Amino acid sequence: MSTTAAPPSQEGGFTRRDFLRRLGYAAAVTVAAGGLGLWRHDAQGPVVQSPKKVLSGLGDFSLPNFRGEAGKMAIAEGLDRAQTVGRGLEALGGMGAFIQAGDSVLIKVNAAFATPPALGATTHPELLAAVAKLCFQAGASQVLVTDNPINDPLTCFRISGLEAAAKQVGAQLILPRPALFQPVSLPTGRLLQQWPTLAGVFTGVSKVILLSPVKDHQRAGASMTLKNIYGFLGGRRNIFHQDINGIITELALLLKPTLCILDGTVAMVTNGPTGGSLSDLKETGAMVIATDPVAADAVGVEILGRRLDDIPYIRMAAAAGAGLADYERLKPVVIPAK
Amino acid sequence: MRIVTVRRISQGFFFLLLLWLAVVATVGTSWWQLRGWPINWLLELAPLTAVATLLATGTLYGSLLWALVAIILTAFLGRFFCGFVCPVGAMNQCLGWLSRRGHDPLERVAANRFAGAQALKYYFLFFLLLLAFMGTVQTGLIDPLPLIYRSINLAILPLVDARLNGPRFYVSVWLLGLIFLTVAALNLLRPRFFCRYLCPLGAFFGLLASLSPWRLGKQEAGKCGDCRLCEEFCEGACRPSAAIITGECVLCLNCLDRCPAGRITFANRPSAAGEQGLPDLSRRGLILAGTGLLMAPLWQRGGLSGDNRDPLLLRPPGALEEDRFLARCIRCGQCMRVCPANIIQPALLEAGIQGLWSPVINYRLGRSGCQPTCIACGQVCPTAAIRPLSVPEKLGVADFADQGPVRIGTAFIDRGRCLPWAMERPCLVCQEVCPVSPKAIFPRLAFEVIRDGGDLEAWMFGREIEMEAPLPTRVNLASGDYFVGIMAQPELGLRRILRHHDDRLVVEGPPAPSGMPAERVTLDIVVKLDRPHVDPTRCIGCGMCERECPVAGQRAIRVFNENESRAQAGRLLL
Repeated sequence: MSTTAAPPSQEGGFTRRDFLRRLGYAAAVTVAAGGLGLWRHDAQGPVVQSPKKVLSGLGDFSLPNFRGEAGKMAIAEGLDRAQTVGRGLEALGGMGAFIQAGDSVLIKVNAAFATPPALGATTHPELLAAVAKLCFQAGASQVLVTDNPINDPLTCFRISGLEAAAKQVGAQLILPRPALFQPVSLPTGRLLQQWPTLAGVFTGVSKVILLSPVKDHQRAGASMTLKNIYGFLGGRRNIFHQDINGIITELALLLKPTLCILDGTVAMVTNGPTGGSLSDLKETGAMVIATDPVAADAVGVEILGRRLDDIPYIRMAAAAGAGLADYERLKPVVIPAK
Repeated sequence: MRIVTVRRISQGFFFLLLLWLAVVATVGTSWWQLRGWPINWLLELAPLTAVATLLATGTLYGSLLWALVAIILTAFLGRFFCGFVCPVGAMNQCLGWLSRRGHDPLERVAANRFAGAQALKYYFLFFLLLLAFMGTVQTGLIDPLPLIYRSINLAILPLVDARLNGPRFYVSVWLLGLIFLTVAALNLLRPRFFCRYLCPLGAFFGLLASLSPWRLGKQEAGKCGDCRLCEEFCEGACRPSAAIITGECVLCLNCLDRCPAGRITFANRPSAAGEQGLPDLSRRGLILAGTGLLMAPLWQRGGLSGDNRDPLLLRPPGALEEDRFLARCIRCGQCMRVCPANIIQPALLEAGIQGLWSPVINYRLGRSGCQPTCIACGQVCPTAAIRPLSVPEKLGVADFADQGPVRIGTAFIDRGRCLPWAMERPCLVCQEVCPVSPKAIFPRLAFEVIRDGGDLEAWMFGREIEMEAPLPTRVNLASGDYFVGIMAQPELGLRRILRHHDDRLVVEGPPAPSGMPAERVTLDIVVKLDRPHVDPTRCIGCGMCERECPVAGQRAIRVFNENESRAQAGRLLL
């Protein structure tokens, strides 16, 4: 501190008050820097991963009265998708049995590749339009359509005709973007730990419908309903091909859909899951509608002309409690073509 | 004692302290090695590192709290750090003085005239702080403490301490040396050129000092002639003869010492001749500095911390994932100095321009791979860009058994270059030096007919063989790795060659009973090869294999950053 009273300077008119003001400034710097420093002090050092909110799954959207052996299944035969899906649903009590007024419905399509609908590598746009329309008719307040495809998302939705189909019936397309991904650690999962998933699209959603084509798949045996859930994964998910049956089994536990619609109108029987030629396709004329994704895929295996032994994940998913591999126990209603 | 003598002693002390702390930053148990010496203390005291990492991470790590001492003292007293502590300032001051010996006073006064360009360092400061705010800490490139630590650690000490610590190599260190020499040589243009025009730390202190209660100034105005002796040795070029620029004053106190009339004081009132806090900062300069807000997002466009990362970019064990790493690393070179294997190297562009001089591992240089029980780099890192691992955590034992060892990357075998894979030569050095237990590199046995060694006609008499044609002499057939047999009839078995002379071989087996005639046979000469394979679930990327691989150029086994612990992006295995 100054020992003599500061003489007012001729030029500056400096007074003791000015000095005190500057002292106040220095004291403020001391308090601010000291406070901030001590408050933000980190003696331990950073942790390995920045903690993020981790989900335990994407949700259970199944209807309680359609679980297990009470599940419902219809198989409608024919080649007109709008017709077969409508008749199949009718046999299960109509779309109104699954979708009620005010429901916000998320439709997960398979839009994996940027190929035209005729090549059968993606969910058929006519099917999407028909199902979304039925949802709206049942009173759905909104219908969302999404997938995290393998090729560029927007191109996939465009070329596959799914974007136009959604637009045509008033459904809203959600393209994957970083903000929509959140890590999931499946409690019983060995593979799905801290893995980014497209969880953001489920905000406000009350019902989930999986719309999947029936396709050949070299590594997995077949790509149908359960493999379609793979499209909710983000990150460098292809490391999971080291254990494809394991990951599909966990996917069956990651999400329980309200309804599964497996489109076997035309099946991709060779060169899957990309196809690329009309000669890879075969008219199989079946539309499977089921509440149980495992049972739906068990039918899909037959549509492809394969055996359950060829596709281990179906029995593994059933053993994990995701559904029934023995679909006959659901007493499927078979509706022959008119 | 004169105050400037005190200052010189202080400067000398801190300069020697810096050198000493650099010298002791080596792993060992001698008193002149790392034994609790506070080797980062000067780095921690200079507050720019603390401020930048606080902006970038929201936290202030460990001993960076020392920065508070410098900040608070500066807020009260001005830039004491520049005048009394900073080793770069001391070096510059000394060189500026040496290079002007014999100049006449007017020349000196001219060299110390205030220049508007001194505002440049404030723009640098704002630019760097905005970068830090956007998550990338780049202060260390020009902050004088990291700069001198880096220069001494990587460029100077390796030239002089080879006898103590062995020869040390640093990639592209010529550039660091050149920059250091440039900083020194700039003193020829102006005394303390770096301090006046470039130093962002000085600018930070200048901001704090511009309002400090105690400052230098004239006691009375209007009485001076034009002797300007106060500016003859003015280190800050802060204009003490007229309206002093308080933020530019580095407290060299030469003015106070030189004024023949004793009119200059360090007091709690402003200069009677008027004063100014900071140099005039132009809007244009501040706008240019504002581009710091843009640079980090632009760098992120390159995707170098994600999908587009360089697969050869290996960071020291414990390094945070790339974005968080660059929010802390100040490129001080402490990890590179301390690494006993000398494998931590300053990056040029491996990590992008934003990773210039950050630590990367290079297993071609140095003395060994990353030694499993060494944790020196993380322990010396002043900002925890490399986390301070414990040995159990690095090894993944005891409390850390669940998470497994810290992996730097994964070794991949280049089968086109590997001796047993491509050149029918036994080797297996990589498996031998693999320090993991059980080993991450394992052999698979193969037998191959050597070149020109197939379908050879021979006479066989028990264990002695006489060939029809001379045998290949490129390899030592009696080395124990070579056998004779018939590959098409494996059931007959292979017999190890014990001796070889010209066209005669002796192989394992019983001698022929006497009287038995020699047998005419067709033989293959076969080499036994242990071919290395990497078990990626065990490999920790320590690089012992790459380091020791006898294929000396492009090694036949190399570590890439797949599966490194720090990044989910590079995950290889389920």
